[in-house]
Amino acid sequence: MEIFVISLLNGLVYGMLLFMLASGLTLIFSMMGVLNFAHASIYMIGAYLAFQVSRVVGFFPALIIAPLLCGAIGAAIEIWGLRKVHHNGHIAELLFTFGLVFIVQRGVQMTWGMLPMPYRVPALLDFPLFQIYGANFPAYRAFMLLISGGMLLSTWLLLKKTRVGLIIQAALTHPNMVSALGHNVPMVFTTVFAGGCLLAGLAGVIGGNYQTTEPGMAEAMGPIVFVVVVFGGLGSLAGCFIASILMGMIQTFAVVIDYSVADLLRPLGLALKADNLLMEVLTVPIARIGALLPFAMMILILLFRPRGLMGTRDT
Amino acid sequence: MTRSGNGARWIWVFAVALALAVPWAFHNFQTGRDSGFVLSMLSQMGMMVILSLSYNMLLGQAGLFSLCHATFFGIGGYATVHFLNAAGAGSLPLPMEVIPLLSGLTGLGLALIFGYMATKQRATAFAMITMGIGELMATAALMFHSFFGGEGGVTTNRMIDHSLFGLTYASGMQVYYLILVWTLICAGSMYFLTQTPLGRMANATRDNYERAQFMGYDPRVVRFLQFSLSGLFAGVGGGLYAITYEIVTFDALAAPLSANALLMAYIGGTTVFGGPILGAVLITLLQSGVSLLSNSWLVYVGVLFISMVMFAPAGLSGLIIAHGPIAAAGRLRRLTVPYLRLVVPFLALVLGFVGLVELMSFLTIGAAQGKKLVLFGSAINIEATQPWLISVVCLLGGGAWLRWEARAFHRVWESLTADLKQRDRV
Repeated sequence: MEIFVISLLNGLVYGMLLFMLASGLTLIFSMMGVLNFAHASIYMIGAYLAFQVSRVVGFFPALIIAPLLCGAIGAAIEIWGLRKVHHNGHIAELLFTFGLVFIVQRGVQMTWGMLPMPYRVPALLDFPLFQIYGANFPAYRAFMLLISGGMLLSTWLLLKKTRVGLIIQAALTHPNMVSALGHNVPMVFTTVFAGGCLLAGLAGVIGGNYQTTEPGMAEAMGPIVFVVVVFGGLGSLAGCFIASILMGMIQTFAVVIDYSVADLLRPLGLALKADNLLMEVLTVPIARIGALLPFAMMILILLFRPRGLMGTRDT
Repeated sequence: MTRSGNGARWIWVFAVALALAVPWAFHNFQTGRDSGFVLSMLSQMGMMVILSLSYNMLLGQAGLFSLCHATFFGIGGYATVHFLNAAGAGSLPLPMEVIPLLSGLTGLGLALIFGYMATKQRATAFAMITMGIGELMATAALMFHSFFGGEGGVTTNRMIDHSLFGLTYASGMQVYYLILVWTLICAGSMYFLTQTPLGRMANATRDNYERAQFMGYDPRVVRFLQFSLSGLFAGVGGGLYAITYEIVTFDALAAPLSANALLMAYIGGTTVFGGPILGAVLITLLQSGVSLLSNSWLVYVGVLFISMVMFAPAGLSGLIIAHGPIAAAGRLRRLTVPYLRLVVPFLALVLGFVGLVELMSFLTIGAAQGKKLVLFGSAINIEATQPWLISVVCLLGGGAWLRWEARAFHRVWESLTADLKQRDRV
């Protein structure tokens, strides 16, 4: 029971972090049809910038400054990069963001070195909030939930209740019509791209000291975020939210489940030994293949429901 | 047409002759020893040529952006290690020369399974499924020890003492020629495939999906066949990898190698059959050369790749081929001066960029490794402002100048091609 509650809380924190990253990516992907491979790289830049800025002005100003810088970087990428390759088709745009990943990866290593940065939780939030079954729940995780919850709420309000949100929503599904109505669609694209990068940067700021700020963090996060976006479905923030929480839960719960398929077969009188590949697949405990599950789930959902969980159209 | 056809044929003959001869140019006839570095680089090139050509069966010929190509290369490699071990133990009575075929069949087998899943989709969804497959296999390789050997990988011994020609494959030279022969076989069959109805239909589904459907072909079947066959060739490449290095680890299967296949094929040019070969040779050369000198290899490749995506989507071979009509009209000489005028600003730009990248990486990574930056034989003080200033001036000045010259070049190019068009009309 205690493992269940603690895993549930941790899964929620991780899931919300995933959602901050994935929501921006979903917006960009559904609007422009560009799957931004460099999204997790922006997340990494956000963490590094937050570390750099927080050394000068402290954590809380950095919480605002670093995401804004990431948004500016996003706008620059869209205006001077993506827009130029747009006329060469979607594959060219995919390739462009794919190339960015290498440059950011190495650029970060060049600027800050290969070692993890001492980017720590601010002292103000560095205390256990409450105890649950004898385990501490850090206040910083509650803060992360607060920030991501607030972000979820404000994005939702922005999209549903404001004029800008209406235009963005319309441009998601009918870009040509929106353009015909006299709105500057490229401008909307730039805004959405920058906004998505801003969210990724914010995720980096609060994720950088939750995990570790090191050059491998984009590589570790990137594939999972794509899984979330594809799993949740195109053009649906709600689907993206469910997928994020689901993936967060799977990742945290898989770690504590020490059973394998072989354990299910044991009552039937079958004892298996892990001496070849097939037997090994059957006897490996779930805890060890936790990292595999999201990808397997993504492949399955794309096979049987190409539009994802709640998507409005095929990917 | 016949003229350029003949020219192309001579290039192929020349390339094969070069591949046959190069190891002997570095052979020391006095001591009878080969240059190990050159041989291993050439062997690597052979495998990479197979990898990038087979990748281009997807990206260039069928318009499929795959992110799991290394999966089939890697599985071919892992399987070959087990084949070689079986052959060495005497339970697999096959000569060495035939074993890469088995590796290919392993790649084909896996590609049939994954291809069936992935080719249900196209474009971005296809890219996503293949990314999932690639990550799935890479994670699985670290988890299942009986077949993949975990982090340490699996090892073998290529001297199985069974050869059609009585060779032992103890020396790198013999292995290189084995690789060369298999590379030629693979390249030849892949070229042949482009001429078959399958290859043509792959192009058709790439260019106009709906029309290909109207013609009564199922684009899914075309994609599936193309994907499976590219897995076959990638598997052969992986087999040669296992034979050369006698160890296969997680690296042979993981995402960086898939990315490398993409980079080689794209930089070389995906629109021409020979493009990926050019890319593979060039990238392998750079990789062995530059990565010895610099830590920042990935930045250079990344920047090269992005500039190709932005300015030359047809790749290097596409750039070369664009000169074809002008050369045929005998006007190539008129481009000499504009080209020469591009050289200096281009060099300044490159110098400035490389300077900044190196200075920066020495400030952080180099300092951690305790290395010193040495340029032109003299140590450079990276704390001083002078080298930084020079680099920035070179980068900005060179960039602005290059932009200016590029405009002039563009004008000359446009007027030349306009001339040619006029002549064609008359």
